[in-house]
Amino acid sequence: MTDKKENLTIHINQEWCKGCGICVAFCPKKVLAIGENGKSTMIDPDNCIKCGMCQMRCPDFAIFLGGSDS
Amino acid sequence: MNHPLAESYFRMDKLPHIWCPGCSHGIIMASIARAIDRLGLDKDNVCIVSGIGCSSRAPGYMDFNTLHTTHGRALAFATGVKLANPKLEVIVISGDGDLSAIGGNHLIHAARRNIGLTTICFNNNIYGMTGGQYSPTTPTGDKATTAPYGNIDKPFDITKLAIGAGATYAAKVTAFHVTQMDKYIESAIAHKGFSLVEAIAVCPTYYGRKNRKGSAVEMMTWLKDHYIDFKVAEKLPPEKREGKELMGEFINVDAPEYTALYDALIDRLKD
Repeated sequence: MTDKKENLTIHINQEWCKGCGICVAFCPKKVLAIGENGKSTMIDPDNCIKCGMCQMRCPDFAIFLGGSDS
Repeated sequence: MNHPLAESYFRMDKLPHIWCPGCSHGIIMASIARAIDRLGLDKDNVCIVSGIGCSSRAPGYMDFNTLHTTHGRALAFATGVKLANPKLEVIVISGDGDLSAIGGNHLIHAARRNIGLTTICFNNNIYGMTGGQYSPTTPTGDKATTAPYGNIDKPFDITKLAIGAGATYAAKVTAFHVTQMDKYIESAIAHKGFSLVEAIAVCPTYYGRKNRKGSAVEMMTWLKDHYIDFKVAEKLPPEKREGKELMGEFINVDAPEYTALYDALIDRLKD
């Protein structure tokens, strides 16, 4: 949890995502969308500022910032 | 890789939880775990106690000492735990119905005693688990399974109720305002004495559907647009305060804590 921001990337656990759309609606950079499978999907990784608001508002532990190596 | 917070503080074999899509309860539950993490508490020194209801499922998911008790009685069980071992950080998770209807008396007396418990109320304005009956926080005029023509009751303000009964820490926040929620829950846990954080939650399935409030996102947007900090509201002209709901840290004062008074009494009688 103490990794530097540049080493972090958004991880989405689609098995846990219930497709509520909260992360998509309140992302300040609008880099997420609900995909064809009804789950949250990253559509614009270059513009993600890694603020972590999606992680904080996700009710399902389905989206989070983590190390980019996995 | 797995969600770091979930892996550290939750029972991974019990996740994903069964709350509905967009239900705020997962947001508040995660905020409690973040607060515990920031305070650096030993997991074995934390006890989470709940009653019955959607919110009261939380201790099943949380990897601490946990008690899932009877309807409305979470504070009564928690009082016993705290008196038996005052060193434990005892955190009560209770819904609006569980805390203010079935357990209303336990709430006012725990607050009156100023016992060192932290109560987090998941207030979604309805009994979700049993099928959408109105609760003591359902707004007047709103619909519920048991109020098909609109609720004629006047709702409780749980934060004000706790302050009136003697709580020495009380804050209100919403599931949208997660940064403030983290801060208030952390302060509430660190506070010596009875503390309450009323977390306004959305229930898209029952309260939302019955009252045509739209999706979880629309309900969260309503919280974003209508709740303001009371300190900000005080500086606004009356026309801008109209229709706004107030949140914030309403009380944070020091007063003698109950288990400390009890221990002092025992010590005095030993002499």
